[in-house]
Amino acid sequence: MTAVAEKPETQGAAEIPSFEVTLRIARFDPESGAGAAWQDFTLTMHGTDRVLDALHEIKWHHDGSLTFRRSCAHGVCGSDAMRINGRNRLACKTLLKDLDISKPITVEPIKGLPVEKDLIVDMEPFFDSYKEVMPFLVARGQEPSRERLQSAEQREVFDDTTKCILCAACTSSCPVFWTDGQYFGPAAIVNAHRFIFDSRDDAGEQRLEILNSKQGVWRCRTTFNCSEACPRGIQVTKAIAEVKQAVIRGRV
Amino acid sequence: MQTHTYDVVIVGAGGAGMRAALESSKRARTAVLTKLYPTRSHTGAAQGGMCAALANVEEDNWEWHTYDTVKGGDYLVDQDAAEVMAKEAIDAVLDLEKMGLPFNRTPEGKIDQRRFGGHTREHGEAPVRRSCYAADRTGHMILQTLYQNCVKQNVEFFNEFYVLDVLMTGDPRDEAEVRASGVVAYELATGEVHIFRAKSVVFASGGFGKMFKTTSNAHTLTGDGPAMALRRGIPLEDMEFFQFHPTGLAGLGILLSEAARGEGGILRNAQMERFMERYAPTLKDLAPRDVVARAMANEVREGRGCGPNKDYVLLDLTHLEPAHIDAKLPDITEFARTYLGVEPYTEPVPVFPTAHYGMGGMPTNIKGEVLRNETDVVPGLYAAGEVACVSVHGGNRLGTNSLLDINVFGRRAGIYAAEHAAGVELAEIEPGLEAPTVELLERLRDRPATTDRIADIRRDLQETMDANVQVFRTEETCRTALADIHQLKKRYETVAVQDKGRRYNLDLLEAVELGFLLDLAEVVTVGALNRKESRGGHFREDFEKRDDVNYLWHTMAYRTREGEEGFEGTDIRLGTKPVVITRYEPKERTF
Repeated sequence: MTAVAEKPETQGAAEIPSFEVTLRIARFDPESGAGAAWQDFTLTMHGTDRVLDALHEIKWHHDGSLTFRRSCAHGVCGSDAMRINGRNRLACKTLLKDLDISKPITVEPIKGLPVEKDLIVDMEPFFDSYKEVMPFLVARGQEPSRERLQSAEQREVFDDTTKCILCAACTSSCPVFWTDGQYFGPAAIVNAHRFIFDSRDDAGEQRLEILNSKQGVWRCRTTFNCSEACPRGIQVTKAIAEVKQAVIRGRV
Repeated sequence: MQTHTYDVVIVGAGGAGMRAALESSKRARTAVLTKLYPTRSHTGAAQGGMCAALANVEEDNWEWHTYDTVKGGDYLVDQDAAEVMAKEAIDAVLDLEKMGLPFNRTPEGKIDQRRFGGHTREHGEAPVRRSCYAADRTGHMILQTLYQNCVKQNVEFFNEFYVLDVLMTGDPRDEAEVRASGVVAYELATGEVHIFRAKSVVFASGGFGKMFKTTSNAHTLTGDGPAMALRRGIPLEDMEFFQFHPTGLAGLGILLSEAARGEGGILRNAQMERFMERYAPTLKDLAPRDVVARAMANEVREGRGCGPNKDYVLLDLTHLEPAHIDAKLPDITEFARTYLGVEPYTEPVPVFPTAHYGMGGMPTNIKGEVLRNETDVVPGLYAAGEVACVSVHGGNRLGTNSLLDINVFGRRAGIYAAEHAAGVELAEIEPGLEAPTVELLERLRDRPATTDRIADIRRDLQETMDANVQVFRTEETCRTALADIHQLKKRYETVAVQDKGRRYNLDLLEAVELGFLLDLAEVVTVGALNRKESRGGHFREDFEKRDDVNYLWHTMAYRTREGEEGFEGTDIRLGTKPVVITRYEPKERTF
């Protein structure tokens, strides 16, 4: 009878419901000599826990050998891109409650880059492509004593592509990148876009030439996987299309 | 084991490390070692801006900026260093713009500026628009811009190399001169140990917020630099001064920039009262962080908190235009939506102070040279950024001054490290210097399995630090924390890691990092216990007033040597260093 009166007190605890969830993780450790294999972990998780929290729960309390990269844990450092239920996402931005937890959640390394151990891939080919597109401001002429002027409108043109955190979610979601070792991939093009459309930059034509090459924008088949994968909400396919148009025009 | 030789080795590739690298690599053969990839560094999480008295939108000058920095730091700031920072701020911002940083712009096309906590005109008269920004992702833009320029300049990086020891020609606690001679690093991919010999070593390895449970810090911010320096005999300065940022997402600690308040956001309690009017009548929500964080914690303690457990307050943006929020604060409003399911257009966001920034660190002078006592430097050893204590932040850092610090003092450290390297021969190193690192790793890896776990010890450390050494401290809570830390250190001596492999053994490295955190937590707590006053981020409920007669000095904490007695049975000896006061005599802080 009196339990009814106590109800408001228990509400606080009830704010954080717990639930069971199974993670099915693609394991691989070349040191062990065994091949790649799926491993299931069933865990009790809470309210707003993310996939990264579940991975930590496994590493910290079940199997310390589970290996993945992570750092900031809130979607700005780009360390923990992985394939979750077949989609590229950041583990730290994917809430468990937003996934279908009635079935095991599959977690795999991103595709198209060599797997080093569990969820860690070799990022060097990704950064090599990035470096190919001259991802830095090239300003010719005499340097002003104060800042260069740029209008808010001029800045807005490339605002979207400045958000990139180089997590590789887009590039490793691209079917062309999976099958074609030559393609720079969406992330490199996004970072070229960021400078091609910057009014302060003077190397747009060189970048367009690079992107007009056989590794460049024409490999893109406009499947939109990259735009869907981007955890920063960058309209990647649109950026690629803008670069393609600039290549056709021969100028920015 | 491999041995590499460089003129300059930089440890860490965040803002300070890469800013140093841009200078150093132009002048000397330079390697940058990072335990992450450069663009993963936590500089990228900084949001609000970087202050400089550009005076693009209203009257301002560097002297006002210096004053605000000194006052915000509760007069523990070394005023010569603050003056250097405020003066060089202007070029630091212009340099970044020239490197390509896409700052927000004024209608005339100049770099736009906005208000930020504690930054004022006319010595505290009213808030001033001093913060140069790029939406609410200024740190991201700085990190990307510096990395882009490192790519342009062909800077040599060693990614996923964990520096675990710093090498010197002797013990810095001895009388004789001691020079830096290199570092020992662990290659994550292979498990191999490397020695990097160098004429100059620059530490830019960031902070140590992971000793707290509720923190805005990345998992990787484990104080590796200061901890390994301490073990080798370098003192640490002012470690008890830790900043708790007022607006962490409640329960999670994820940072919501002060820019939210700079753009007009208001803190409210359960009665929807704008409570900061009571605590800081002039600056209100834009008072310095220590003042706001304490006010928030006090509202909750006195029962005016919100939510079912009355354990947070609210950050109200609902009176701002959605278009304004989207233009100026897009990322942080997305954090509120993603992680708490709160729509900031229409609902106030639950917030509570989160452990954010260590004001203390490796003591340096304004050239970035690391001190080994009150006066003498270790030639060839440099530090810049959060790892260092120069000290421009004193007892409490003003918002935006960290992005400024990394650019100004990162640049200086890079230049002076390269110049030093040009004038000296490589120091001789004795064989076997990697032995302590190898033994540490083997010990952790080879111990028999335990039921106790690294993660449990770390959680217990974080819980005691949050409970006892956070916004409010007393002698009793500090003693409780110290006793807990000593217990945890005993557990750490026996705990084993599970991953016994060589490749990508992050289990092993988390264990090493926990050892660093335990050592530093002890220094923080001992410093807090010893400082019987309240100043800046260090608030003692049993000594509520600042005490300039007895405590206007920097704490210097040294690891004791064999046979030497430490503070109350610990292995830490405490000393002091005078505060440099040039223009501003300490006076009472009102906001």
